[in-house]
Amino acid sequence: MNTMNSAIDQDVPVKDEPETRGGATFNDAELEGRTVGKPFADDPKFTLRDVEVFYGDARAIKGISLDIAKNEVIAFIGPSGCGKSTFLRCLNRMNDSIDICRVKGQLQLDGEDIYDAKRDVVELRARVGMVFQKPNPFPKSIYDNVAYGPRIHGLANRKSDLDDIVERSLRGAGLWNEVKDRLDSPGTGLSGGQQQRLCIARAIAVSPEVVLMDEPCSALDPIATARIEELIAELSQSYTIIIVTHSMQQAARVSDRTAYFHLGHLVEVNETNKVFTAPQHELTESYITGRFG
Amino acid sequence: MSNHEQAALVRQSLKRRYRKERRFRFYGILAIAIALAALVTLFADIIGKGYTGFIKTTMTLEVRFDPKTMYLEDATDKDAFSMADFKAPLLAALHDVVPEAGDSDDRDLGHLLSSYAANKVRDTLEADPSLLGKTQTMTFLVSDDVSVYVKHADDPNYSIQLSEKQQGWVDQLQERGIIQNSFNDVFFQNGDSRDPGHAGVLGAIVGSVLTMVVTLLLSFPIGVAAAIYLEEFAPQNKFTDFIEVNINNLAAVPSIIFGLLGLAVFINLFGLPRSVPLVGGLVLTLMTLPTIIISSRAAIKSVPPSIREAAEGIGASKMQVVLHHVLPLALPGMLTGSIIGMAQALGETAPLLLIGMVAFIVDVPSGFVDAATVLPVQIFLWAGSPELAFIERASAAIMVLLTFLIGMNALAIWLRRRLERRW
Amino acid sequence: MQPGNLFPLVVVLIGIAFALGYARSRALATPLGGIRHLKSLPFYYAARASLWCGLPALIIFALWLGFEDKVIQTLVIGSLPADIQPDSPGRASLILSQISNVASGALSPEFVPEPIAGAADRLTALRAESKLMMTILVICVAILGAFVAWLRIAPHINARAKVESTLRKIFFMCAGLAILTTVGIIFSVIFETIHFFHKVSFLEFFFGTSWSPQTAIRADQVGSSGSFGMIPLFVGTLLISGIAMVVAVPVGLMSAIYLSEYASKRMRSIVKPLLELLAGVPTVVYGFFAALTVAPFIADAAGWLGLDASTESALAAGLVMGIMIIPFVSSLSDDVINAVPQTMRDGSLALGATQAETMTKVIFPAALPGIMGGILLAVSRAIGETMIVVMAAGLAANLTINPLEAVTTVTVQIVTLLTGDQEFDSAKTLSAFALGMMLFIVTLALNVIALHVVRKYREQYE
Repeated sequence: MNTMNSAIDQDVPVKDEPETRGGATFNDAELEGRTVGKPFADDPKFTLRDVEVFYGDARAIKGISLDIAKNEVIAFIGPSGCGKSTFLRCLNRMNDSIDICRVKGQLQLDGEDIYDAKRDVVELRARVGMVFQKPNPFPKSIYDNVAYGPRIHGLANRKSDLDDIVERSLRGAGLWNEVKDRLDSPGTGLSGGQQQRLCIARAIAVSPEVVLMDEPCSALDPIATARIEELIAELSQSYTIIIVTHSMQQAARVSDRTAYFHLGHLVEVNETNKVFTAPQHELTESYITGRFG
Repeated sequence: MSNHEQAALVRQSLKRRYRKERRFRFYGILAIAIALAALVTLFADIIGKGYTGFIKTTMTLEVRFDPKTMYLEDATDKDAFSMADFKAPLLAALHDVVPEAGDSDDRDLGHLLSSYAANKVRDTLEADPSLLGKTQTMTFLVSDDVSVYVKHADDPNYSIQLSEKQQGWVDQLQERGIIQNSFNDVFFQNGDSRDPGHAGVLGAIVGSVLTMVVTLLLSFPIGVAAAIYLEEFAPQNKFTDFIEVNINNLAAVPSIIFGLLGLAVFINLFGLPRSVPLVGGLVLTLMTLPTIIISSRAAIKSVPPSIREAAEGIGASKMQVVLHHVLPLALPGMLTGSIIGMAQALGETAPLLLIGMVAFIVDVPSGFVDAATVLPVQIFLWAGSPELAFIERASAAIMVLLTFLIGMNALAIWLRRRLERRW
Repeated sequence: MQPGNLFPLVVVLIGIAFALGYARSRALATPLGGIRHLKSLPFYYAARASLWCGLPALIIFALWLGFEDKVIQTLVIGSLPADIQPDSPGRASLILSQISNVASGALSPEFVPEPIAGAADRLTALRAESKLMMTILVICVAILGAFVAWLRIAPHINARAKVESTLRKIFFMCAGLAILTTVGIIFSVIFETIHFFHKVSFLEFFFGTSWSPQTAIRADQVGSSGSFGMIPLFVGTLLISGIAMVVAVPVGLMSAIYLSEYASKRMRSIVKPLLELLAGVPTVVYGFFAALTVAPFIADAAGWLGLDASTESALAAGLVMGIMIIPFVSSLSDDVINAVPQTMRDGSLALGATQAETMTKVIFPAALPGIMGGILLAVSRAIGETMIVVMAAGLAANLTINPLEAVTTVTVQIVTLLTGDQEFDSAKTLSAFALGMMLFIVTLALNVIALHVVRKYREQYE
């Protein structure tokens, strides 16, 4: 039974009821396929068209079309239960392990279909890494945590290669100086912020092209959060980063573009400063001005 | 390393890794297949060995209570009655149905019927002396050898003890419908017997029921009380911890140790009689208590604190909260746990061997201090017999026992579905 | 009066006490202006009267029944003339059974010495006296208790608090029974064990390599002393348990892994109850299966391969015991594997690990302490399992690790030595208690360690 809990806990399937909060009322027909702003890009990493996700009979994602450009940082925001985490987990097929979850529509990574029957999910996930809400280091040493991915994928032939990868990844995650003297101590013994950076190091150790981050700072204190946000800025040099966040300030600080989700719809996508200074959609405006959320 | 090189590396490793994945998955399926195959083999074996135990082979004869051959003029005369020959009318009746048998075949012919047939003739006449001189249609169990021949002629495991001549007679009688197979009601009406044909499980079933009554009456209230104490009243201290450690350990102590306890305490110290349901029930009570306590505690734990708070909020005492609110809500869970505990106790054998419930007991016990045996022990006794006919009985008894157990578990599941509240 | 009649009578008295207590408390309340002027509800005054009536009487009743026989026996033996006073416990039990046979009429008084016949009469008389005394005492105590409680019903007394505190004490004693049981187990084996070690040295018992407890009935018999080296039993037990674990651990563990990680909901809902069914089969049934189906099959199969296998081979008992333990291992592993947080799986899968890699490299190492605890519990079960080995393993104490040969185990010997006729002071019978003691200590140690490990493991993920 354990295979089907965490994702559902985060994103409860949404009811098909008109949204009445925030003063304005919109039903599905008024929102579906009517994303405002700039959802498309010229050189997309991900090409996503008419994506729908179902939990059993409940439709959690209701026809979303979006491009994600290479090396951009895009933030998904929206009230809880709006489907942003569900949508994120479609991008490296983490929803596969949930029996009742079905994904429809066109989802492409570099022009290749993600949900193609011949598509190898292991290879996909090696290219699209993920960092989770709660830091989840394995109950192993710090070294083994980072080396886990390279080992299973056979990325290092020699011990010294592996050492290099581990050091590079830990440096990349800004953790090297803190842990270089105790690589053999268990990863679970680190502080919460360090654990999350360890998880980021673990994710980048397999040199993915994309890193998905599912509310990576929600379990952390403000100082650790600031450290992770700096890290995201550094990582954006070399990776495409998609971050789900419940904090509008965080989205404003780290992302190039921001996508606003509402009850399974993608309401608005635009450059971050535009979304926060001049939202085009009434719902976006209500949300960022704090009328609901 | 560029992304492309790396992707190539990952792709390279995939074939090997998926082979491992498939192998791992296969091991899992193999493990489940082994477990299920064992289950199927076990049940098939027992049913295959035992279904014939539910069949009895009988012979229906016209018995003439002939005063002359029986040397009995007056059936009410006790002395003459005890001296009378009750085999003679049987032999005569057998000669009637097997006309080709001569006088020299008396022994072979008589051997077709169970040795208890003459007793039946005697009992019938004793019950109704006016039958003397009259003819009565009576049905008798056949002897074991005939029964084995009729039921297992094609089974190489059984050796046929009948002579060619006797086999011929039996074939012929079977064709004429004089020897017949029917449902073995004797098996459910008798206690144990030296004769497999007359051996039944009634004594063992009654013994089991009596033992279970003692176990249930003691273990349920005590177990529930102990669970209430530990969950609701016990202070957090070393002594409570010690009780808990004891309960957890007792749940894992081998059952035979409880047999040693029963032997030393109940029989040698208190001088209670051996082989009786009372002592068996006491031993099984101590054995099942930990199970009942543990499941009852889980049931109490599952009652939400809001109920307790609501009752305490209107001024109920702790004991009132427990007895009026927690206990009724936890009861279905407790009952379910207790039934499962009872099912374990019903199947338990080892401790009962040590307190002497292995005796050969013919009579159906009528009380808690009558010598008795229980179903699993009866199975053990029959299984150890060299006669295949008893092995057949043991298999049949296993089916009876399993039916009880499955019934009890089904009851527990039903009870849980029916009564358990979801919070 | 027979105990069977006395008990219902006491129950009736309890009921009467309740009714009287209820009536009196109401009567007391009426002049005060209703029951709300009582400190407690009438029910509690009545319950208190019932407790006072029933508890002391039933305690006396139970104690009397428990010790009656012992006391009477001692009295009867003590009254025998000095010349036939028994000189040993064995002799005493012989004389006692003679006396009670005469008393019950199973043995004619003419066939026994005159003092025995006299003792039999005395026994009958004492029993009758005892019954009468018990009846009178129990009834008197019940009535007296009820009367005292009835007298003490007063509006200012908080009967509820008293009833509740009594109930609480009863509950406490029920919980304490667990300790009493453990103490009982220890005491029931320890005295006989000490007694045993007076007759047989520690050294022989723990390091002797030969076990043949058949002490001679006559002194001049060959091999009269018997030998009590437990090494062959120990090795036999370990051999059979080892075979069982070789079967149960991989099968149980892999099926738990498959069911929790791969199987569809539908498959789980079918396979799990079937495995539970395997767990619910009584051990005597497994014993039957081992002795009558598996053992002959193995002997035949070995013969066909040109090997020589006993029809009571350790392999047969071990295999079937393994089957019995599969569901035990599988359900414990299932619990343990499911206790590993889902985030671990997600973390590994998100890195592109296959399910098998996630399982073997992340989940399994994380769950290992818990699984080890579960395996220890399974070992303890295998060691203590009795019926399978009694029915399928042999009696001959061969010191061998060849699974095709017959070996015997500790539990088999305990059952064999303690069923049938026994003399309580022979080393043969006593050795069963020494073996029981060993079995208890070993399984207790395994259980304590296993439960500790499992608890620590659970705390880690809570």
